Amino acid sequence: MTKEPIEDALTAQAAAPAKKTVQMPVGVPGYTLAEETRSVPATEPPVWPINKDLKYVGQPIERYDGLLKACGRARYTADVQLPGMLYAKFVNATVPHAKVVSIDTSAAEKYPGVKGVHVIQHVLGNAQLRNPALDPAKYPVVRYAGQPMAAIAATTPYAAEEAAALVKVKYDTMPFVVDDVKARDPDAPNVFPGAADEAGSAGGGGGPHGVAQTGNIHGPSIHKRGDSEQGFKDADVVVEGHYVTQVQTHSALETHGVVADWKPDLLTVYASTQGTSGVREELAGFFKIPLTNVRVITEYMGGGFGAKFGAGNPGVVAAALSKKTGAPVRLMLDRQEEHLSVGNRPSSDQVLRIGAKKDGTLTAIHLIAYGTAGCGTGAGCAGPAQNLYQAASLHTEENDVFINAGPASAMRAPGHPQGAFALEQTMDDLAVKLNMEPIDLRDKADTHPVRRVERQIVRESELWKSRNPVAGADQGPVKRGIGLAQSVWYRFVSMGSNAEVRIHKDGSLEVFSGVQDIGSGIRTVMAQILAEQFGVPPSQIAVKVGDTNYPEGPQSGGSVTTLSLTPVVRDAAWQASQKFLADIAPALGTTAGDLVLVDGEVRSHSGKVAPISFKRAASKMTTSQIAVQAKRIPDYDPKKYLTYGGVDVAEVEVDTEAGRIHVRRVLSVHDCGRPMNPAQTISQINGGIIQGISFTLLENRLLDPKYGVMVNPDLEQYKIVGSREIPEIDVRLVEAYLGQSSTDASGIGEAAGVVSIGAAVANAVYNATGVRIRHTPMTPAVVLAALRAQGKKMA
Amino acid sequence: MNSFSIADCTTVDAALSQLKDDAVVKAGGVDLLDRMKDGIEQPTRLVNIRNVAELRGIRETDQGMTLGPLTTLAEISDYAHIREHYQILADACGHAATPHIRNMATVGGNLLQRVQCWYYRSADFQCFRHGKDLCFAFEGLNQYHAIMEYGTCPSVAPSSAAVALLGLGATVELTSAKRGKRTLGIRELYIVPDANPTKFTVIEPDELITAILVPKPAPGTRSAYQKYGEKESFDWAIADAGVVLEMEGDICKRAVITMGAASPVVRRSAQAEAALAGKPINEETARAAGKLAVEGATPLSMNAYKLDLFPVAVYRTVLLAAGKMNRDPSAAG
Repeated sequence: MTKEPIEDALTAQAAAPAKKTVQMPVGVPGYTLAEETRSVPATEPPVWPINKDLKYVGQPIERYDGLLKACGRARYTADVQLPGMLYAKFVNATVPHAKVVSIDTSAAEKYPGVKGVHVIQHVLGNAQLRNPALDPAKYPVVRYAGQPMAAIAATTPYAAEEAAALVKVKYDTMPFVVDDVKARDPDAPNVFPGAADEAGSAGGGGGPHGVAQTGNIHGPSIHKRGDSEQGFKDADVVVEGHYVTQVQTHSALETHGVVADWKPDLLTVYASTQGTSGVREELAGFFKIPLTNVRVITEYMGGGFGAKFGAGNPGVVAAALSKKTGAPVRLMLDRQEEHLSVGNRPSSDQVLRIGAKKDGTLTAIHLIAYGTAGCGTGAGCAGPAQNLYQAASLHTEENDVFINAGPASAMRAPGHPQGAFALEQTMDDLAVKLNMEPIDLRDKADTHPVRRVERQIVRESELWKSRNPVAGADQGPVKRGIGLAQSVWYRFVSMGSNAEVRIHKDGSLEVFSGVQDIGSGIRTVMAQILAEQFGVPPSQIAVKVGDTNYPEGPQSGGSVTTLSLTPVVRDAAWQASQKFLADIAPALGTTAGDLVLVDGEVRSHSGKVAPISFKRAASKMTTSQIAVQAKRIPDYDPKKYLTYGGVDVAEVEVDTEAGRIHVRRVLSVHDCGRPMNPAQTISQINGGIIQGISFTLLENRLLDPKYGVMVNPDLEQYKIVGSREIPEIDVRLVEAYLGQSSTDASGIGEAAGVVSIGAAVANAVYNATGVRIRHTPMTPAVVLAALRAQGKKMA
Repeated sequence: MNSFSIADCTTVDAALSQLKDDAVVKAGGVDLLDRMKDGIEQPTRLVNIRNVAELRGIRETDQGMTLGPLTTLAEISDYAHIREHYQILADACGHAATPHIRNMATVGGNLLQRVQCWYYRSADFQCFRHGKDLCFAFEGLNQYHAIMEYGTCPSVAPSSAAVALLGLGATVELTSAKRGKRTLGIRELYIVPDANPTKFTVIEPDELITAILVPKPAPGTRSAYQKYGEKESFDWAIADAGVVLEMEGDICKRAVITMGAASPVVRRSAQAEAALAGKPINEETARAAGKLAVEGATPLSMNAYKLDLFPVAVYRTVLLAAGKMNRDPSAAG
């Protein structure tokens, strides 16, 4: 589309506010810190110094709502009780692939206590056929066992469950496939009768649209840089490995769920969501009502990890039942439904080849990847191969393989734990072949300046120094090993980030944003920013979030929340403080320019006015409140490197007889721009390490090959690490200033260890035993088989 | 879960009088409520014996020890006399499940919990053990299943307490209002699937376990139990071993080796026991016993690793019992 020249000129004029030039700290204190020049809008607040020179920001301030959560007083979605509320229960498909002939709800409708029945006409989450005419059925085709078909609303949860069991679904079953290797066979049953695509969510996930589809293979999606054939010709050494990772489910403590209250003028939805604005948009779109008629509230939520974007089937169905019955409806999934129908991390099956010169210079990276996102897409895992190292050439092919299983959704660093598992083990293989230390090879192949510092910290650590470079050197059945791996993530900015700051005449302060706190602690950080600006303790700031009545906040996915929203909050707080000083200056007998707000006091440069407390100064306001709303401005110019990450080191003990891998210690060195609250940042990294170890050693969604049903849809046989599997985790936060915004924060959710810990553990297992395990989860069965295959099993 | 009525009883007589019309006994409720929530059992009447005080507690007697069936696993593993003289039982009860489950679960209930098999425990699959005519595990996912003595059903015995009590030669007293009392050995309590697939134990619907009798160990007895899972926190055994050694100086006069996660019913390994009888306990004899413990095993498509794991569980537990090895970090707890 070509724009008229005049329109361009107008846009350019409007988009060119006054600029100023500032000096900002950039780099890592103690290593590379220097001042750099940035051109920023004139309205931006003064540049903050590095954390050690701030009072509240950058300090490990106590979690704003920690006491409420610890005491059980934080109200989660399942705690919401509205007058006359009904309880809803899904009816789910019991077969993995079928056309639905009929759904008979008559017995359920007559069941005592039942107030409403809803039969699903549009199922959400599954990939959609490019040509919908290929599925001319009255009801959505069943693509996986567990797909929601209908729902019952009743006066008690028991009545809803019992009535749901009375719904009779008549299936015309079709052949199915749940094994992602078999699904690639040209003769395998097709999950879709034609090409199909899945939309991604705000947290990533979803796959490329419009790529070729052959049978169940949706792809390849090809990414090239340079000439990889030539790259391998130029190589002195080539290593190749075949890596397989399993499907992991999000398994957040709180399941998906909503309470929907449909009133003629306003649909109010309490949702466990990572994006209040996304839920609102999806509901308004689905029911064709204005955004203003939908309000979404998320006071607290118990984890999402990427699976909780949009209203989804639970949101839409609860709203439909509320509309039908005229009563509020609560629909919370049970654990089985949580495993089956609301997302997972896709599997991967990767063949990765790397070529290098004798000195470790990478000449080529070549990746062919398959993976299944069930009846969705988004199994691409080439991110690390594409972005962690600077090889002379690159060729990646990513393929989604459809199977009859629940659709994947974004999951914490989509594709990256899988991709790094292969890439970082192959790099270790390469180091062995080049007779180089793995950390030296990374110094050669990785030019990122912050990871260079992080590797330096690793080199100087007692843990890394204790590593025996000879693999499998320990005698006896239990062998100790140490390995490292690196992670990469990206600086994504959500421009839909807004906040409002209000100063009241009694000196109290409020900050508002529609943003939801998914557990990472944005409330606390918002309070810290106002505390820094106004010099009052964070606990005295009123933080109001998780409500679409407030200015729209970012959706929490892709590590965008802190990075995107904190500059907005700071800008609003700064501008409000400037308005405030201008407003009270006449009453103090001076001008705004003479006043500053420092340490909770209003002071005068000229000394004309004796310092007075902020609270007393507020009483001089000429209005009852001063309110400023701010929006996200683009990152400052020039842009710095747009990726960040970390280096993780794992120490393991491998019991070569019992097949157990014990992760004993982890050293996790990570950067995330300016850490706004180190205690919360470290907490996220601890969580990432734990979730990553759980993925590497245990978690596995198991589908029976003959019946297409998940056999472990609980938290008993779907195994997650417990307290005894959690190692001692030593997190070293690296302050890495970029000079990109008024807070200069980055995100941490994705890069936080979950990307790299699997490969670090695998590399440690190799260091311990001399045997490389290229398959997750590394259960005793897998470990013993790998040791046996290489003749390394003891005794 | 279906709706049901529940009768609360505080005496054995009251409980026995309630055992009619398909009533199901609820003690700690740990396994029963799981089965009801999973939709594989729909009892309409429960008899709650949780508050029958006379069935709870540990009594030391001249012959040994009497355990009330409602004694919790935590009470057993914390009991000083048991820790001192019946290490195998303290280990088994102290490493089952999790601390919070051990505080609720009773030893009687632990003995009577149903087998572990995800097909048996799913309402989506109706197998032999539910009175149908097929097993899904042979051709399905069977990594946690049995490697020996399974016949038509390769589920595994779930009770850690049974592995210990079998090793100790314990007996179980059953009481019926009509027929009075009878006493059975631990092994005789269970019915192998081939004999009757839907009836897991010989206990009749009108019977209660009223006591578990543990004989006094012979002088020189040492014992231990270890459970191996895929993780240490809250996992089922993929291999386990109970070991009781009657020592005379350095020589093992008599050994009892028991296993749970190898077969649908808890078993003793006569071959492993024979390998130790009359011999000193050292790494060589312990490993020989471990190897023999899986003699004759016929693993399924996905569980051959248990042939490696059980010998390890047995040899390390033999050495632990003999005081020649520390508790294994790869075993639970």
